[in-house]
Amino acid sequence: MSEDLPAWSLTADAVEGISIASNWPEHVTREWALGGATGAGVDVCVLDSGVDGDHPLIGDVDTRVAVVFEGDEIHVVPDEEGDVVGHGSACAGVIRSLAPECRLHSVRVLGSGNTGTGDLILAGLEHAIEQRYDVVNMSLSTTKRKFAESLHELADDAYFQGTVLVASAHNMPVESYPWRFSSVISVGSHEGTDSWEWYANPSPPVEFFARGVDIDVAWFGGSTLRCTGNSFAAPHIAGLAALVLSKHPGLTPFQLKSILYLTASNTGGKE
Amino acid sequence: MTGGNQYRDSVATGMLPSEESHRALLQSIVDVARAIFGAQASSIFLLDRDTDELVFEAVSGEGEGDLIGMRIPSSTGIAGWVLVTGQPIVINDLQQDPRFARQAAERTGYVPKALMAVPLVNGETTLGVLQVLDRTEDRSRSLGEIDLLILFANQAAIGLDLLQATRRARAAAEQGDVVEAVVARIAGLLERSQDDPAGLRLLEALESVLVRLAPDSP
Repeated sequence: MSEDLPAWSLTADAVEGISIASNWPEHVTREWALGGATGAGVDVCVLDSGVDGDHPLIGDVDTRVAVVFEGDEIHVVPDEEGDVVGHGSACAGVIRSLAPECRLHSVRVLGSGNTGTGDLILAGLEHAIEQRYDVVNMSLSTTKRKFAESLHELADDAYFQGTVLVASAHNMPVESYPWRFSSVISVGSHEGTDSWEWYANPSPPVEFFARGVDIDVAWFGGSTLRCTGNSFAAPHIAGLAALVLSKHPGLTPFQLKSILYLTASNTGGKE
Repeated sequence: MTGGNQYRDSVATGMLPSEESHRALLQSIVDVARAIFGAQASSIFLLDRDTDELVFEAVSGEGEGDLIGMRIPSSTGIAGWVLVTGQPIVINDLQQDPRFARQAAERTGYVPKALMAVPLVNGETTLGVLQVLDRTEDRSRSLGEIDLLILFANQAAIGLDLLQATRRARAAAEQGDVVEAVVARIAGLLERSQDDPAGLRLLEALESVLVRLAPDSP
């Protein structure tokens, strides 16, 4: 044998070596999952148009980078401009409203023109995965099929390394990515106005419905704007994910998705 | 024989519906969208990829007649937001926003209080944005409203796609050789004067002359 092969199989004498401590209760409740949690210690990335760090609804933003073209090459540089569109700030405010003590990180991939957006999203996601953020919110998608395979590979990389990708579903009759991938948590809107209501969808590809209607989101100059759209449903689930991870560090994306399912408003785990 | 195919293409290009027909389609879509939502205005923007700008292609209501052709940077305001994220959005209380494309809105002579916007997507390509401004106050079904707006967006995307395809075909024909451009123009004129046989008779006469002049005429 020249090199050890990766452990794609489990020998009998290795079973003891992979025991997994489980403190899950027989009946998973919201109180167990996230009761008293603040998001402290959890790194949440907003892959979007930048984040306005001065807004009272957002508070501190730990790191801010922009993914930009310099000639034909893509570089990740410190973000000097901040949010030029407003969308990323709106999403960040929603996350902060649920997980007040999480650490926010902004990776700006939108807003500097429409050329090469798919390439910037790919590079931005790759950067976010390299940083090993716990949660990445993606209230965006690309319709370009040529990016689907690379996005899919990145989404799987994130899944296996323990980075949770939360993506807003595209509620239009077009194919878009990455929200359709099973390695991300895809989110659509329900019509209620309670941020603590979320539903598991028995008919994927949309896996969860969260609040997406009439939300007062952070907007330029410290103001707010009342908005409706799937863009704001995804950060609700991202915020909830941060809460669960702050109370139960080290959960895999599979385990986290299971907890969100078990504690959804339509699965009996709400109380 | 040379040039048979490009002349056939030129004829096909010349017989395409006019820009005015496509504009009428887009106008009809914003007129109906505005009526259905009881809105003050509705507009369709086309994304000009060469300049990275959004161009008003159709407007119903406030600004109708003045705004066609006006351009704004593609990342401006809510239309830019919808374009870059590809996600539909409904916004109320726009007046709270101190920065929302106010300059752009003031240039258009109308600052809305509420706005719905949806990207216009055809296949893999985002072509532009459809907006509805200041609809009636009854918003009991926010998500239903978005679904309805998306239906209009599908129509508008098809209309924009046709408009762009026609423009590209005409530009290509005009950049071809002189004969191709002339053939395209004649075909277009014939298409638009079908009720008057005089043009066709003249062309038939021209054909008989050309047949005699052509060296390898059958």
